[in-house]
Amino acid sequence: MDWTRILTNVLGEMLAPTTAAYALAAVGLNIHFGLTGLLNMGQAGFMLLGAYGFAIATIAGWPIWGAVLVAIAASALFALLLGIPTLKLRGDYLAIVTIAAAEIVRLIGRSTALTSLTGASSGLRGDSYKTTFQNLSPFPTGTTTIGPFSYSNNFSNSWWIRLVGWAIVLIACLFVYLLIRSPWGRVLKGIREDEEAVRSLGKNVFAYKMQSLVLGGVIGAVAGIVYVMPRAVQPDSMGRPMTFFVWTILLLGGAATVFGPVLGSIVFWAGLMLIKSVMRDGVSDSFISSGQIEQLGWVIVGVTLMLLVIFRPQGVLGDKKELAINVR
Amino acid sequence: MRLAQVQDQTPRRWVRRLLAVALAAIALPTIWAGPATASTPGPCAADSTQGCLDGFLRSTEGQPLAGVVLKVTDPSGKMTSITSGADGSWSAPVPADGEYSVELDVSTLPPGQKIAQPDQNPLKTQARVGSTTSLLFSLGSGGVSTAPSGAASPSVVATSGTGTSGVSWERVAQQATSGLIFGLLLALASIGLSLIYGTTGLSNFAHGEQVTLGGILAYVFCQLVGLPLILSAIIAVLLAAASGWMQDAWIWHQLRKRRIGTTQQMIVTIGLSMALQYGFQFFFGGDKLRIVTTTPTIITVGPVTFTRTTLISVVIAIVALGAVSYFLLATRIGRATRAVSDSPALAAASGISVERIIRIVWTLGAGLAGLGGVLMGLYLNATNWDMGGAMLLLMFSAVTLGGLGAAFGALAGSLVIGLVVEMSSLVIPNDMRYAGALLILILVLLFRPQGILGRAERIG
Repeated sequence: MDWTRILTNVLGEMLAPTTAAYALAAVGLNIHFGLTGLLNMGQAGFMLLGAYGFAIATIAGWPIWGAVLVAIAASALFALLLGIPTLKLRGDYLAIVTIAAAEIVRLIGRSTALTSLTGASSGLRGDSYKTTFQNLSPFPTGTTTIGPFSYSNNFSNSWWIRLVGWAIVLIACLFVYLLIRSPWGRVLKGIREDEEAVRSLGKNVFAYKMQSLVLGGVIGAVAGIVYVMPRAVQPDSMGRPMTFFVWTILLLGGAATVFGPVLGSIVFWAGLMLIKSVMRDGVSDSFISSGQIEQLGWVIVGVTLMLLVIFRPQGVLGDKKELAINVR
Repeated sequence: MRLAQVQDQTPRRWVRRLLAVALAAIALPTIWAGPATASTPGPCAADSTQGCLDGFLRSTEGQPLAGVVLKVTDPSGKMTSITSGADGSWSAPVPADGEYSVELDVSTLPPGQKIAQPDQNPLKTQARVGSTTSLLFSLGSGGVSTAPSGAASPSVVATSGTGTSGVSWERVAQQATSGLIFGLLLALASIGLSLIYGTTGLSNFAHGEQVTLGGILAYVFCQLVGLPLILSAIIAVLLAAASGWMQDAWIWHQLRKRRIGTTQQMIVTIGLSMALQYGFQFFFGGDKLRIVTTTPTIITVGPVTFTRTTLISVVIAIVALGAVSYFLLATRIGRATRAVSDSPALAAASGISVERIIRIVWTLGAGLAGLGGVLMGLYLNATNWDMGGAMLLLMFSAVTLGGLGAAFGALAGSLVIGLVVEMSSLVIPNDMRYAGALLILILVLLFRPQGILGRAERIG
């Protein structure tokens, strides 16, 4: 077994843009679930809307800031539409509605009726929307090697997207840190603990929940943009499993904490890569095929999620007293 | 534990209505714009005289592949060669209904490109006049599925009916029949979901996998072991019911004993659903599994055609649903089940063993879901690892529409959802029909969150 290569793979996965994107999506979900107690089961829908919004606007010739604004506006509108009917209902209604709404976004996106706009199930090619982002890069064209890692400076899976992705993650973490300590954040936590108590203090619970849903959704949309930068917009790769991975990441790292989502994402992807690499090297191909190793990885993720929720719902960093998952 | 709106602020109701209309206004044009703008790659356009097969060929890097030769064989065995265009698109006319086979000529692929799953080339599909069937050949490095959803395997991605063939009474009758059949089978699957919610308050996201389990077990006993279909189906349903018993005994009973709340349990069901889904894929792969391979006998009644297997399935479904109704309404255990649904605490106080009832509900619910899976696998001609997962949200729609926790509501809701799914393909592209059912789910929650048959209750 070639441990140097395996560890290099694992380290590479820790810094990958995908890891940053999932961390960012989990930061958004943390505002929903960790701070406010909202069961958003459609985070992938926000990410997909963000990705579509950005890509379609860029293809239509919009500058990068305009395209990002389109993504943000699309996800904010989506949050409003979802929130108005459901935020007054019990928690698991929001769960069912958000999961259904995310599926609607995916089904409409992959429908052949909108091929000219969304590219149907084959999606939108990366090259068609990456240029504006790549042109912003201050780096010269070429490839840079740092230690064992060698990536292009600007194109696709580049140093540039790594830098920008993780910078956004850090900014989002700082934002959540300030939020938790603000009076606004305290009201959100109050809603999570006891909605009726907050209402009796004269706070408009519905409005606070809505602000939280929009804010977390917008962060999800930005995560969607980061996620599609090194690849293509593929509606089927951004379905229900993606939402469930974001949940696993959040619960792994610890909900209601600042760095929980980031730690969760790093541990999740690095752990998955470690398990898969070791199996690829250690298990003979005739016994388990490489496709099966991929699926075994997801089975392990599912079992991890179950065990986490049962035995350590506060995750690695969380405080068990602070987080009772039982929202109403 | 009852469903309820936390608040019913009447002045705000109009805001919700307004938004519902706005939501519908956003959704409907995009849906109805479908048939008119349905862009078919290449020159072939489906109309009342012909259908189409089409697709896009893209390299692993996502670049369009031009000049790749595909050989299309029609049901009579006639072969035509077509070449993909500059944008990677290809299309072929379908002059008559039947099974078409499309083979990608791998020697015309650019160097370095190969098919991800060579055993899926040629790709066989049922094509119909008046609709476009899209096929996806994915190129990659030997069967590694990169998308977690398993979408990387070459497969029939979509069949979209184009509006050009028009809405005729024959089609309406056919779609309505299909809708009722689909609704009945959906009801078998959803009743367990509803009963489990009613007695324990748990939204079980792993219920779809119980459906898949039924279908896959029938496949295992019928195809791999070689037993006759009826026997395989009975064994599959019994094993599915046993799996429900075991699940409750080993997981959910333990969690209730540990006083783990229903929300936490719900997230556990999500983890379980993921583990089971990919577990199925691990053992049986991502392809379709046909439970029976014989050619079905077609029965024609007026404008409507269906297979003999479907007819028998419908009879079995109706008998099973009747038996469940009898059980709930006329037996002691059935009455106890309804009592637990109304109030577990009161039921326990009047001497009903709540845990025993919940165990029975899990066993019954999983068995019915298994039966639903077997029949659905026969009706859809094949089962696969995510058949139940794809149906899960339809089941939730049906159960919510009927009223969460109300068993007969699940039946009524399933029939409505079945009809909506099949009838909506008359006006919207076929690949968006599930979206219509999910839109209903959201609209029901807007206007009548207690569902058709549920009672309106308030807490707080």
